[in-house]
Amino acid sequence: MYRSHVLVCGGTGCTSSGSQQIAQALEEEIAKQGLAEEVKVIKTGCFGLCALGPIMIVYPEGCFYSMVKLQDVPEIVSEHLLKGRIVKRLLYSETVEEDNIKSLNETDFYKKQHRVALRNCGVINPENIDEYIGYDGYAALGKVLTEMKPEEVIQTILDSGLRGRGGAGFPTGLKWKFAAGNQADQKYVCCNADEGDPGAFMDRSILEGDPHVVLEAMAIAGYAIGASQGYIYIRAEYPIAVQRLQIAIKQAREYGLLGKNIFNSGFDFDIDLRLGAGAFVCGEETALMTSIEGHRGEPRPRPPFPAVKGLFQKPTILNNVETYANVPRIILNGVDWFRQMGTEKSKGTKVFALGGKIHNTGLVEVPMGTTLREIVEEIGGGIPNGKKFKAAQTGGPSGGCIPASLIDTEIDYDNLIAIGSMMGSGGLIVMDEDTCMVDIAKFFLEFTVDESCGKCTPCRVGTKRMYEMLDKISKGQATMEDLDKLEQLCYFIKENSLCGLGQTAPNPVLSTLRYFRHEYEAHIVDKVCPAGVCKGLVTYNIDPDKCKGCTLCARACPAGAISGTVKNPHTIDKNKCVKCGACMEKCRFNAIYKK
Amino acid sequence: MAEKKQTVPFRGTPEQEQKLREIIAAHKEEKGALMPVLQQAQEVYGYLPIEVQQIIAEGLGVSLAEVYGVVTFYSQFSLYPKGQYKISVCLGTACYVKGAGAVFDKLTQKLNIKSGECTPDGKFSLEACRCIGACGLAPVMTVNDEVYGKLTPDDVEEILSKYN
Repeated sequence: MYRSHVLVCGGTGCTSSGSQQIAQALEEEIAKQGLAEEVKVIKTGCFGLCALGPIMIVYPEGCFYSMVKLQDVPEIVSEHLLKGRIVKRLLYSETVEEDNIKSLNETDFYKKQHRVALRNCGVINPENIDEYIGYDGYAALGKVLTEMKPEEVIQTILDSGLRGRGGAGFPTGLKWKFAAGNQADQKYVCCNADEGDPGAFMDRSILEGDPHVVLEAMAIAGYAIGASQGYIYIRAEYPIAVQRLQIAIKQAREYGLLGKNIFNSGFDFDIDLRLGAGAFVCGEETALMTSIEGHRGEPRPRPPFPAVKGLFQKPTILNNVETYANVPRIILNGVDWFRQMGTEKSKGTKVFALGGKIHNTGLVEVPMGTTLREIVEEIGGGIPNGKKFKAAQTGGPSGGCIPASLIDTEIDYDNLIAIGSMMGSGGLIVMDEDTCMVDIAKFFLEFTVDESCGKCTPCRVGTKRMYEMLDKISKGQATMEDLDKLEQLCYFIKENSLCGLGQTAPNPVLSTLRYFRHEYEAHIVDKVCPAGVCKGLVTYNIDPDKCKGCTLCARACPAGAISGTVKNPHTIDKNKCVKCGACMEKCRFNAIYKK
Repeated sequence: MAEKKQTVPFRGTPEQEQKLREIIAAHKEEKGALMPVLQQAQEVYGYLPIEVQQIIAEGLGVSLAEVYGVVTFYSQFSLYPKGQYKISVCLGTACYVKGAGAVFDKLTQKLNIKSGECTPDGKFSLEACRCIGACGLAPVMTVNDEVYGKLTPDDVEEILSKYN
């Protein structure tokens, strides 16, 4: 027994800010001060507040230290762990209230959250199967194998109303039912961990913080549909998650929780990892399976659906990481418990990766039906630098923008579709008034052009043409006719592409056109970029009343475009200006402005 | 990402080839073996020149065209050697709205190379990557396995000087 536990976040965010070195220094310092028998350091998964990393929590007090530096370690050990005096200056400011320490769950960031899929993240050591088992781990698998028939498992998942968390929201139980109904000598259970949406990192955090939950759920799915082999297809860009999964699979095999005759039930199930190699399209289900088979990851037409002919031409189910993370809880806590959370057609919770122009970037899990306003203003802490909320982007390159006028929308699958966006895997990027919507649409189209696999023409050629039109608009060279053509092309690509990538590629354009058409028109008709982002349309100017003639800008200009004499207002030669913005950064009098 | 064609002669050692053949033997019987073999081969050689692809094709009993097709489909496989220090700037959405573009431009300026290229001395190679999942620290870049977050263009010089 230890009298104190120090939980250090070992997720990608905190690891990038140096949490490994801090954990190591802590262990060394604890040993040096003779506390090795009394205090234990545990590396956990993600706490969610990535912007404040490296993060650690000291129990039993529940002290939440943020932005810890290496040089703070000796103080934490000698003051807090040895003498019991909390190091106040390192506490997360939200947890301190007039000398009292609030529990983390009372802070704005955590108060409205409800952790189901993330329940073990930041709580257990993901590299130790005993800690997972200590938190009811593998109890659901045990219950399923010893007390339930496969049909009962499927019925439970069906009744719970769980829908795919990967984006499209297809009922999970239905998928399982189809696959179970098809007879074959071999079936497969696959997990989609190819989280390719830029700005989304929910699945990564679950895999890093609680890898066993995915293994357990896959085994449950295997039992339900009659499969003995599972594959996890994971991005190679997530080295920590890959490593923790490898450890987890090894431990589960040692404990007999994967392999032959699990729980003496006669049920065999094993899981292998397959690493992606950087192709966004492989997040599409048929492309993912083609890639596991060792080919170019190109999608194939459906039908036949994977439940009939999937991986290696056998019946296959494919679910996303977060979907699986819900399964063991549903089995243990029951259908009614799960159905209490969420809206009528979207049950349970959803994890969002909150990013962009917002105070609390990080990972949040909220019940379905939470409004965008609650997420942005309360949990996210609002927009920094006194800027105004302009839009939130959900669903990545397949989704759309939610404008400020719809900030009170309750977020669930159907509401988002209705307003022209989609849930997607859960990336939620907040944008302020400095973001140009034409530029954002162009950014996503550049992504799609790059990632289109090239198999079908509407996507391969169509997205390229769309990008070119957007480029023309952003440079002020387009006509209103081009805008109509662009819109027509969007609908054509949506209807005619082979897979989800092409079918959803026009969404960023369509949704920005729907809510921010005036910005497109400003670029085309007035030849201005209202947000001052599109380089081709911005000019830099000096306000002669504010300019003190200090010459800083002239010296900073790489193009020699600024002229003027000391103590007299300077001017910018627009023909020479390369619009790098260096002058504006250097000016101490706010005399330079973009127009 | 566009890659610069360069004629670097293949300098594989017998030890590397021995390792590659062991990798092939270990995976030969597996279903869908090509991807794992390519990934491990790239770890051995640092890239996948045609000579290595040839050995893999023969070893797994598939055509060279198929191997080449797979190698060129996935952005992580490289036909050309990378620099000693591989710099990747994340241009995912979260980093992009926080100004990763300016950081990237500064790097191309300082190193005088474009995305996908390598400096003539073989020291630095530069590429834009998609989300690495460290969005809380946006904008981010990585140099080999080292991650740098919350960047501004002004940080670039100091980071590069660490490796010079």
